[in-house]
Amino acid sequence: MQTYDLAAEGLRGLNEALQAQTAQTNETAWEVVNPRGSHAIAVGLDAPIEVQVKGSTGYYCAGMNQQATVHVTGSVGPGVAENMMSGTVVVEGDASQYAGATGHGGLLVIKGNASSRCGISMKGIDIVVHGNVGHMSAFMGQAGHLVVCGDAGDALGDSIYEAKLFVRGSVKSLGADCIEKEMRPEHLEKLADLLERAGSDAKPEEFRRYGSARQLYNFDIDNAY
Amino acid sequence: MCGIVGLFLKDKSLEPKLGEMLTDMLITMSDRGPDSAGIAVYGTDRDGFAKLTVQAADPSRFAGLDKALGQAIGADVTCRVIDTHAVLELPEEKMAEARAALKADRPDVRVMSAGEVIEIYKEVGLPGDVAKRFDIPKLTGTHGIGHTRMATESAVTTLGAHPFSTGGDQCLVHNGSLSNHNSLRRKLKHEGVEVETQNDTEVAAAYLTWKMREGASLGEALEAGLDDLDGFYTFVVGTKDGFGVLRDPIACKPAVMAETDQYVAFGSEYRALVNLPGIEDAKVWEPEPATVYFWRH
Repeated sequence: MQTYDLAAEGLRGLNEALQAQTAQTNETAWEVVNPRGSHAIAVGLDAPIEVQVKGSTGYYCAGMNQQATVHVTGSVGPGVAENMMSGTVVVEGDASQYAGATGHGGLLVIKGNASSRCGISMKGIDIVVHGNVGHMSAFMGQAGHLVVCGDAGDALGDSIYEAKLFVRGSVKSLGADCIEKEMRPEHLEKLADLLERAGSDAKPEEFRRYGSARQLYNFDIDNAY
Repeated sequence: MCGIVGLFLKDKSLEPKLGEMLTDMLITMSDRGPDSAGIAVYGTDRDGFAKLTVQAADPSRFAGLDKALGQAIGADVTCRVIDTHAVLELPEEKMAEARAALKADRPDVRVMSAGEVIEIYKEVGLPGDVAKRFDIPKLTGTHGIGHTRMATESAVTTLGAHPFSTGGDQCLVHNGSLSNHNSLRRKLKHEGVEVETQNDTEVAAAYLTWKMREGASLGEALEAGLDDLDGFYTFVVGTKDGFGVLRDPIACKPAVMAETDQYVAFGSEYRALVNLPGIEDAKVWEPEPATVYFWRH
């Protein structure tokens, strides 16, 4: 286990050390202490390593992640796992706005609540939130899955493309072109897999599925001003 | 981008350290707002007396100000000069007279705040430098609000820095930008509310002052602001014994709050809160959009 004291050794050194790891590295377990809300912790990783951040972080933690597993024991600021390509990011606390924004792949797990714009413009990432999500979540979501074990705020899935949304609790309102859809066996199967990987004991049958009505895909003269 | 910090103390034993704690929080927010900084502190209430905090580009303008005002209002006025600011202390019932006399005698000396307990210090420069100039770490009090500014809406000047105070013991700081401040400024003028600068935040402060003058509580005034203020905002507001927070419905300007038995704290980012006592066990949360939060002593 490599331990890195962020307060003593600085951010640049941490990201350089983590980004220097390759697929063959023997230094696969890292611990970051004293994050103290710093920005851009463990960004741009591209190796199958495990990084545990002991505490809470600021903006853009674990952004652009590939292959690595990043585990934050506290809460995270805006833009956690932004543009993640693959790998896993787990947050024990809450996440601020636009968690998992534009993510292409991998799994993001928020064990607390996520605030507004969770999964905005998601492009293939899977996001499981154990608590609630704020307004405008999955805005313009293109691909991937957003699973919300609690409630969703206003305008869920506004202008959504083909991302699939699953919510167990209430939805305050649906955004433009987002509708409730039939839960078919393949969805239940996918949901069971995501919940298991995210460490949630929620039952797939308790969720409802939402997605695109596909009415905004083509120009409609009645929508013109 | 701007940085906001705020601290509302519940535990009296922390009051001597208010300035020190706020300064630490303010400096942490330097990279959110390096062009100017300001702080409002709510200090001790001396019965029957009120404070007028004033500013002048040239501090020699404060020479003889206590005597001149004292003569004009027929009472003793004390004057404590701190860099470009001075805190005048005078009998509470003479405040309006004193302000009129100040305007007539030294129109270039600007009022930063007036009230029973409030003092506001603000200047252009790095937050750490501003705090040092005014010896902010030495200030004591029950609650305080600080701001680091990265200007978007109006010029980088002392008067454009936050906090803004438009009513007795009231102050407001803002992260964001308002889009309807010009029309609102005209409306407020019509209602007899003075707005001194071209700054959008001062209009929001004046709006709340006007609402409270009409009988609203701070909570009700903030609630009304949700309908009347258009734009992006995270506001932190202080009154003589209260502390409020409001974010616009879109809530893209960041905000984190922490509460323990000892205090309620606000920071634009969690970084600003990490040195507060007991933060590890504090209740930490992100204030909800379009929701008024308000605490009173």
